[in-house]
Amino acid sequence: MSNLPDSDRPDPDQLLARIQEEESRALRGKLKIFFGASAGVGKTYAMLGAARQQVLQDVDVVIGIVETHGRMETEVMADGIERLPMKEIPYRDRILEEFDLDGALARKPALILVDELAHSNVPGSRHAKRWQDVEELLAAGIDVYSTVNVQHLESLNDVVSGITGIRVWETVPDKAFDAADEVVLVDLPPDELLQRLKDGKVYLPNQAERAIRNFFRKGNLIALRELALRRTADRVDDQMLQYRREQFVAPVWQTRDSLLACVGPGEGSERIVRTAARIAGRLEVPWHAIYVETPELQRLPDAKRHGILRNLKLAQELGAQTASLSGADAIETAVKYARTHNLGKIIVGRDHLRPWRPWYRSFADRVGHAAPDLDVIQVARTEGETGPQLHAEDVVESVARDWQAYVWTAGVCGLAGAIAAPLYQVFDLANIVMLFLLAVLLVAVRFGRGPAVLASFLSVLIFDLFYVQPRFSFAVSDVQYLMTFAVMLAVGLITGQLMAGFKYQAQVATRREERVRALYEMSRSLSAALMPEQIAEIGEHFLEAELGGKAAFLLAGEDDDKLAPPLASTKGLAAVDMGIAQWAFDHGEAAGLGTDTLAGSPVLYLPLKAPMRLRGVLALEPSNADRLMAPEQRRLLDTFASLIAIALERVHYVDVAQSTTVQMESERLRNSLLAALSHDLRTPISVVVGLADSMFLTQPPPTDAQADIACSLREEALRISSQVDNLLDMARLQAGRVELNRQWQPLDEVVGSALKTMDRALADHRVKVSLDDDLPLVEIDSVLMERVFCNLLENAAKYTPGGSQVEIMASATDKTVQVRVEDNGPGLPSGKEEIIFKKFERGQTESATPGVGLGLAICRAIVEAHGGEIRAENRSQGGARFVFSLPKGVPPEIGKEELLEAGEQQP
Amino acid sequence: MTTSSPVVIIIEDEAKLRRFVKLALEAEVCEVFEADSVKRGLIEAGTRQPDLVLLDLGLPDGDGIDFIRDLRAWSEIPIIVLSARSAEADKVAALDAGADDYLTKPFGAAELLARVRAHLRRRFRAGATGSALFEFGRIKVDLGKRLVERDGQPIHLTPIEFRLLAYLIANPDSVLTHRQLLKAVWGPSHTEDSHYVRVYMGHLRRKIEDDPTRPEHILTESGVGYRFLS
Repeated sequence: MSNLPDSDRPDPDQLLARIQEEESRALRGKLKIFFGASAGVGKTYAMLGAARQQVLQDVDVVIGIVETHGRMETEVMADGIERLPMKEIPYRDRILEEFDLDGALARKPALILVDELAHSNVPGSRHAKRWQDVEELLAAGIDVYSTVNVQHLESLNDVVSGITGIRVWETVPDKAFDAADEVVLVDLPPDELLQRLKDGKVYLPNQAERAIRNFFRKGNLIALRELALRRTADRVDDQMLQYRREQFVAPVWQTRDSLLACVGPGEGSERIVRTAARIAGRLEVPWHAIYVETPELQRLPDAKRHGILRNLKLAQELGAQTASLSGADAIETAVKYARTHNLGKIIVGRDHLRPWRPWYRSFADRVGHAAPDLDVIQVARTEGETGPQLHAEDVVESVARDWQAYVWTAGVCGLAGAIAAPLYQVFDLANIVMLFLLAVLLVAVRFGRGPAVLASFLSVLIFDLFYVQPRFSFAVSDVQYLMTFAVMLAVGLITGQLMAGFKYQAQVATRREERVRALYEMSRSLSAALMPEQIAEIGEHFLEAELGGKAAFLLAGEDDDKLAPPLASTKGLAAVDMGIAQWAFDHGEAAGLGTDTLAGSPVLYLPLKAPMRLRGVLALEPSNADRLMAPEQRRLLDTFASLIAIALERVHYVDVAQSTTVQMESERLRNSLLAALSHDLRTPISVVVGLADSMFLTQPPPTDAQADIACSLREEALRISSQVDNLLDMARLQAGRVELNRQWQPLDEVVGSALKTMDRALADHRVKVSLDDDLPLVEIDSVLMERVFCNLLENAAKYTPGGSQVEIMASATDKTVQVRVEDNGPGLPSGKEEIIFKKFERGQTESATPGVGLGLAICRAIVEAHGGEIRAENRSQGGARFVFSLPKGVPPEIGKEELLEAGEQQP
Repeated sequence: MTTSSPVVIIIEDEAKLRRFVKLALEAEVCEVFEADSVKRGLIEAGTRQPDLVLLDLGLPDGDGIDFIRDLRAWSEIPIIVLSARSAEADKVAALDAGADDYLTKPFGAAELLARVRAHLRRRFRAGATGSALFEFGRIKVDLGKRLVERDGQPIHLTPIEFRLLAYLIANPDSVLTHRQLLKAVWGPSHTEDSHYVRVYMGHLRRKIEDDPTRPEHILTESGVGYRFLS
């Protein structure tokens, strides 16, 4: 059975995902969590015990924070392990102690102990929660031991509070718990725990003693223990699955049955989120949570909207992918989202049936109707009541805001009454009613719902009081007028409601149009900007106009990832915390106000993400922080930020393009100049050499004296030619960047061709070549490198007497390939080893030896252009030595080949 | 050689240089025609039935490379390019376009004549050799039997080394660029991997040359390619 059936074959994507996970895990620190059912089971003790084991194995262990609560046995365990000093944070004229994250990062131990993963940090710390600190420690490659109680797990939070009746506010998101590399369950039977409690071995804070006594009932403890054991078992089960996956025991994969949780404005949404998280956890599927903001929902009071956003955030912490969408129809939008993200199950809250609205179909029903192929799961909400409600305080608030409108309403109704008075005699009562209806309609159109309601009632009252028999009394003689009143009321209410809706729609549309216009105007202004400063000014202007806040822009340097101080501007934000800004830039995440990181800062720091890289950070201090949290505002801000980032990138590339054009232009000019010069100088030399040679071809042949002259003529012309070569080379190398034509090649080839070129100059010398056999390929420009060898060999030939030995050697070191050219001549004048590499410098001042002293300067320029170094020294045994090194780099692989058998016939 | 003397065309805008070349080649019993521009050169090449063309790359009315392409469209006669040092890219372009060899200015009569003789010899020998046996220095190659011997002792080559050697033998005296060698030996998909050629050429030299650092048969033309001398 050589062929695996398809189902047994590992999925390449899965393999890749595993490899990537392993790679990222290898760099990260390892997290070990000591997990217990409740306080007092001995987690901290167990953690310290494990740490002591590590200390014995010479691991660098540091206690970041351990709360021993004065328990002697725990204190003893902590003895002898280095403790990190606590950080002192001033908070409301007190000094609070907190775990020192920066200290731990600076100390960088192999293993750090951080007790109580669920702890909430003192305000003013970098992260709101300790588990976020631990995340950063792990990311820095530090191993962490920590402890967690079962009631602190986010997804079990409501279950535990259901059991114990105590709500715990400090929680750890499940993803932080599940990401732990190891979980150790610290278990203690409830009876023993109660015994320990009785003996006073469990630390209890005094203030809440009674509540806690309540907590430590046996029934509770058993339930908590079960929860903890189950959770651990689930985790072990996961590991088993993971193991099977890694070993390809069960490579068959079902299509993923992902969940979509719909978060609404109802009270029980938190429960929907938690339930969805639990179901997703059980099913081991990814899940999404969305909130669809319909125009109707945009009218909700701010507090309620924040509640929804909080629930979305909770979902995110529980591991969901979240999105806040906007659409006219919640169901249509949700179903579309589910389809595009391939989510097969939709979780919604169960609506309460309303007896007075028998035709009303629940949200779940409507979703089911819109998407018959998707599963819909209904989740019970904790309390009743769904949908937007008008609260008394809201009404009072709106009356207080619009009192003028109500006064006007009263006036209009009064006016209607007054106009009706003279007409009373002439017209039928039914027509008088029309007048009042007109008044109600006008009020509704002008002032909206509330005043319309008032107008309806006022009109009914005035009509009744003044015009219905008996007049000047609220009594009604004829019952048919009750019908009139009812219709008047209904008309007023319905038109008021409609108008309010229309007005609101119009407002939303106007606002949206304003936003679109602002974006359009900003992008138009940005497209004209040529300098980062202009972009900053435009950005500041629009952010202030649209979001009402002061902004500043911090740009990243070209080569490093350091942020520069804010661009100078007149109206921008004055005080910027460079630390937070740099953090936001390094992590590519928003920080500061309203985020997870340093939420205490009054300024929001948004990284400016452009397609190629992060361009910098936008710091924004909003005048109204709550307003900024609304999804549409946040979206607007994000769009602004990305527009600005793209503009910054564009400006950057305009700069790059310009400098490249200038460089290319000057390069072109220089090259054509050099080419022209080279042609003009070489052509006459070529002619001279040629003509000198022609002398030998003339008939009759030249006399010896003539031949001698021709010969010298030729020699001198060739010498001038080589000087011209040197000068032109130097000009080329000196003028700006040297364009190297680098290719990977063996060094011996270059040495060989240099030796061949210098054949005549070295005719009187003995040349020895000893290159190491295992020399790697080097990435060099062969023509220029040949020049280096030629110049060094020429030098050796010129400055040593005939019969001297010249040796070329090369060997590889760790990072470089080192080449030496040595001779056993008189050596270099001492103290001049460095100066000979200067232009127009010569070892000897007398002019018996030809040359202008460019050779070595050219060598240096070429070697340095290759990223290497060149130096000269005298050998201890006499003679000069020139050493240059070339960077090794990573040579390409060349496959080995089988030898061809002699006489083998190939097809 | 045929009874009539070989015909050579020199295309060069510098009259004095043309004069020198003409002088040198006429001493070698060649018939020499001069041209000072690409246009003139093409007319001469079309009417004189030359055996060899000497071509300067920098001509006043056009690029020498265009001339090579034009000529190669209808003729296989050897072309030797005259060019300046430090213009390797031009040389490679000319050779890839179909030139056979180049001479770097300034050059002497001896160099010029040696090259011209070699290429004329090759031209008149072309097609005459049907034999698969070659001999150079101490090396004997039997292309048919894929045998290589040095002083009667067999040398073991890899298939690539053998193909490389066979291609060199088939194009003696000409300068072969890295690209040409890659295309001939490795196939058209490898034309940018010039380090292959360099590495295998090194292997081949170690097996064939007496002193691989001072080769006598496989010569390096720095930045351009290789030349095989038998």
